[in-house]
Amino acid sequence: MVRLITHNLLACHAKGCTTNNFPLQLKDVTIELREAEFNPDFVSGFLSRLEWTALVNAAKELGDTSLPPELPDMVDDDLLKNLHHVLLEIHIDEGSMICPNCGHSYPISNGIPNMLLAEHEIG
Amino acid sequence: MTYRALELLNLPPDEPAFLLDIGCGSGLSGEILDEEGYNWIGVDVAPSMLEVALEREVEGDLFLQDIGQGFGFRPGSFDGAISISVIQWLLNAETSHPTSSPPHRLTRFFTTLHSALRNPSRAILQFYPTSDDQIQLITSIAQKAGFGGGVVVDYPNSKKAKKVFLCLFVGSGGQQIPKGLDGEDTEVQEGRAAFEKRREKSGKKDKNGKRRGIKDKDWILKKKELYRQRGKESVPRDSKYTARKRKPVF
Repeated sequence: MVRLITHNLLACHAKGCTTNNFPLQLKDVTIELREAEFNPDFVSGFLSRLEWTALVNAAKELGDTSLPPELPDMVDDDLLKNLHHVLLEIHIDEGSMICPNCGHSYPISNGIPNMLLAEHEIG
Repeated sequence: MTYRALELLNLPPDEPAFLLDIGCGSGLSGEILDEEGYNWIGVDVAPSMLEVALEREVEGDLFLQDIGQGFGFRPGSFDGAISISVIQWLLNAETSHPTSSPPHRLTRFFTTLHSALRNPSRAILQFYPTSDDQIQLITSIAQKAGFGGGVVVDYPNSKKAKKVFLCLFVGSGGQQIPKGLDGEDTEVQEGRAAFEKRREKSGKKDKNGKRRGIKDKDWILKKKELYRQRGKESVPRDSKYTARKRKPVF
């Protein structure tokens, strides 16, 4: 299962692909919603590590527009709940992730992304 | 073992953490991470093991990834990393391609792992080395990648329970290498002399390089004395001929 929290951390790691390799673009995805335990401390602690625009765009692509386009200065409970939903409850089941720079495609099947590289792509 | 790794990881208590499980396999350690309330991501190179992990319905995200190819995670993503019985596999070369050589794979693994971890944080990697050379190769490459830390050995005197943990630190800040378990011998492997065959052999040979016989005159006299003390009859007298070799017949 690729959750958006993971997607927000993933960059392309093929050889020579060091700039503009984040975020990976989602393509032909099917998603599944699964409830997860809400932990406000974890979500607010994770805020500093998120790329906000990338997250909002990825959420939009998956049809969730509950997040504001800019990270508000005041973080309230509603925002944390929405964030929790976006980060931890949306699972990408099938599809693929494509690097915007080198075009490498990482297929996702059965919830598991295949991050293997061919020999000539290993950095 | 996962519990011990978590203990060595020394995370601040009561704070939710985001961990990386390297070589999560069938999700055994993942279940423990779930129990302890951590959010985690697992990577493994074997699809069949990942399917088992899926069936277990672990909470973490699973990745099919070869750790020798490096990770693609953004810098500072994780609060820590654990790995149970995995990195010895990095020492095998599968093809003759240069990127498949163990040093290259280890370098790639450690550098990308180092950047994926937060500062400060720790990585605890338990593995089964077959020789001291392997430990040295792995630690030297880890140090080149920027890690601090060293090797911790639990139960160094036991063949079965002996466990080697590589404790790596990102960033400094006065982090101490934790002590290995075991009452009598808790020293860290680095402080111990390596096994040397040369020393084991010494003492059996005299100056001229010939093997000294075990049953020399001293030994025979000692035995005879022992027999007399025990009251054994017909122990031959000691004389100048004692323990001398017979002349060859021809």
